[in-house]
Amino acid sequence: MSSPRTLYQKIWDSHVVAALSDEERLIQVDRHLVYEVTSPQAFEGLRAAGRKVRRPDLTLAVADHNVPTEGRAGGIASIKDPDSRLQVMTLERNAAETGVRYVPLTNPRQGIVHVVGPELGLTLPGSVIVCGDSHTSTHGAFGALAFGIGTSEVEHVLATQTLIQKPSRNMLVRVNGKLGPGVTAKDVILYIIGVIGTGGGTGHVIEYAGDVIERLDMAARMTICNMTVEAGARTGLIGPDETTFAFLADKPLAPQGAEFEAAKAYWSSLRSDEGARYDRTVEIDGSAIEPMVTWGTTPEAVTTIGGSAPDPAQEPDPLRRKQVARMLDYMGLRAGMPLAGIPVDVVFIGSCTNSRIEDLRAAASIARGRKVADHVRALVVPGSGSVKAQGEAEGLDRIFLEAGFEWRDSGCSMCLGLNPDRLEPGQRCASTSNRNFEGRQGVGGRTHLVSPTMAAAAAINGCLSDVRELA
Amino acid sequence: MEPFLSITEIAAPLEIADIDTDMLFPAAFLKTVKRNGLSKALFYNMRVEQPDFVLNKSPWDRAGILIALHNFGCGSSREHAPWALMDFGIKCIIAPSFAEIFQGNCFKTGILPIELDEGEVKLLLSEAKDPATAMMKVDLEDQMITRAKGQRLPFSVDPQRRQRLLHGTDDIELSLAHVEDMTRHEQRSAEAQPWLKPIPAELP
Ligand code: SF4
Repeated sequence: MSSPRTLYQKIWDSHVVAALSDEERLIQVDRHLVYEVTSPQAFEGLRAAGRKVRRPDLTLAVADHNVPTEGRAGGIASIKDPDSRLQVMTLERNAAETGVRYVPLTNPRQGIVHVVGPELGLTLPGSVIVCGDSHTSTHGAFGALAFGIGTSEVEHVLATQTLIQKPSRNMLVRVNGKLGPGVTAKDVILYIIGVIGTGGGTGHVIEYAGDVIERLDMAARMTICNMTVEAGARTGLIGPDETTFAFLADKPLAPQGAEFEAAKAYWSSLRSDEGARYDRTVEIDGSAIEPMVTWGTTPEAVTTIGGSAPDPAQEPDPLRRKQVARMLDYMGLRAGMPLAGIPVDVVFIGSCTNSRIEDLRAAASIARGRKVADHVRALVVPGSGSVKAQGEAEGLDRIFLEAGFEWRDSGCSMCLGLNPDRLEPGQRCASTSNRNFEGRQGVGGRTHLVSPTMAAAAAINGCLSDVRELA
Repeated sequence: MEPFLSITEIAAPLEIADIDTDMLFPAAFLKTVKRNGLSKALFYNMRVEQPDFVLNKSPWDRAGILIALHNFGCGSSREHAPWALMDFGIKCIIAPSFAEIFQGNCFKTGILPIELDEGEVKLLLSEAKDPATAMMKVDLEDQMITRAKGQRLPFSVDPQRRQRLLHGTDDIELSLAHVEDMTRHEQRSAEAQPWLKPIPAELP
């Protein structure tokens, strides 16, 4: 009998191509996702070295960071910025030249690569998925080993369909009990990051388990795995179960019929064994989690909506004191200021963290029959063309538009402001995205990370507010 | 990649924790298809908004080493950050801890990221603040930092990564030596998991 293994170790073991040293292994990659920002230099490197793409048939290219969120039907011509257009055209050309699969801008499914992949059924349990983007961790929700890589590694995967890796350590985060009303997956992951810190997951793969996780739908699980990188971890993982299988059953590129049953039998074996060893285990009481909001410029600078901005003077460590003061200064907050009631200028509902149909339904449930505050610009950016079409079929677009939200085309949009959607200096935004770094949503912009329902509540009230008082 | 053997350079103190990739390389500059000449973007917002930002001032505007606090390079996987550092002339970063993807990207770019105890980092930070003691030698063969007054401080890095940096190894070439293993593994996984099919050229 082999010794008990974690889910991570099982996927790892089945993907070792060759041993390079005591610890380093060449790992097989099953799916490689590429997009326009981190791939041009990789294709260029390949060309310069006279190398070919080994498996264009396992590589999918989608442009998402630079694409405008209006007038998408116009394709490339809808991109006004010449640098952005060049990047997208370069992706298109690289895909055409190498045979890499490509989702054109005008394809009705087009959108954020981490939303499109699962919708296509490309993301399957037990597979290894990489992309030159840290939020590749999103796909871990399916029990796939999925992580972000740099451009040199993108080139490496293009050339070899493998990666040089050392095994990560295993961390188990168990979220027990039941979530309270108004508390969502976004609050769970923000809470967890607050507990373990932005560096707390370094060197680890975090597997999530426990009653709360088991009850979450796939969209919610993707939100949790998506933000796992904000805790410094390599990636997040959730063992596949009936929820996972039900999600995959009708996806176009997932197996069908007898093959689906065979796959399901295999996927069902992808659970951590009883007695598997974790380097670290963290127990979280789900019932203690409340709607969360960040106050600073790292995702660990987070508290409950009932909380207030910290007082640097209370920080014993002088460097930490400086850091807290710096963050408050950037965010334009005073020590001790309650977070609820702080006026916002912009509300952004979107990004690979929270732009799936479930997220939009949740936000719409708060927006329905209400009005966005006069001084607020509120954007809803569906994660993909499919999400947008589904939202329109359900009438979510009308709910949002009647309430005064903008209903836009899919893409990364204001998550990082590479396209025209970005914050002006000093603007304050309640955002469902994943990073609140200085300037992330536009130079001088101030970001408060929240859940989709909390974002909708902020839009309606014109300030950070407790969604439980609106619902 | 250029081999990294030993450098003697000015160290710039950056007493900040959680330096993220948006600080290092703001997203606005990501719209490039090049990997050279990116130093203009390095710490762009901080260099513009803070005239006394350390990399704006002599002698640190010629720094080859950067010293900072924990979780350096957190955030996105953009390799543009190490490319910009390299283009600026930074060949070595010293911090108590690094974000994983960033650290890997440094090795691929030819930059040496060194992890030291927080106490040691603070010591080097204080010396880097003084132009008289800001010059340091970093030797990867001996895994030794030699401070301005000659005191030595050992460090260690992952042995394989050290080897590759010392030799300027091309990882892809290294891996392609295993091309038969790759083919064999691809066949094996096609049998074990036949549902992991190629992606059709015509998407549904
Ligand atoms: S939505 Fe934001 S985090 Fe997600 S891939 Fe796009 S830019 Fe990155």
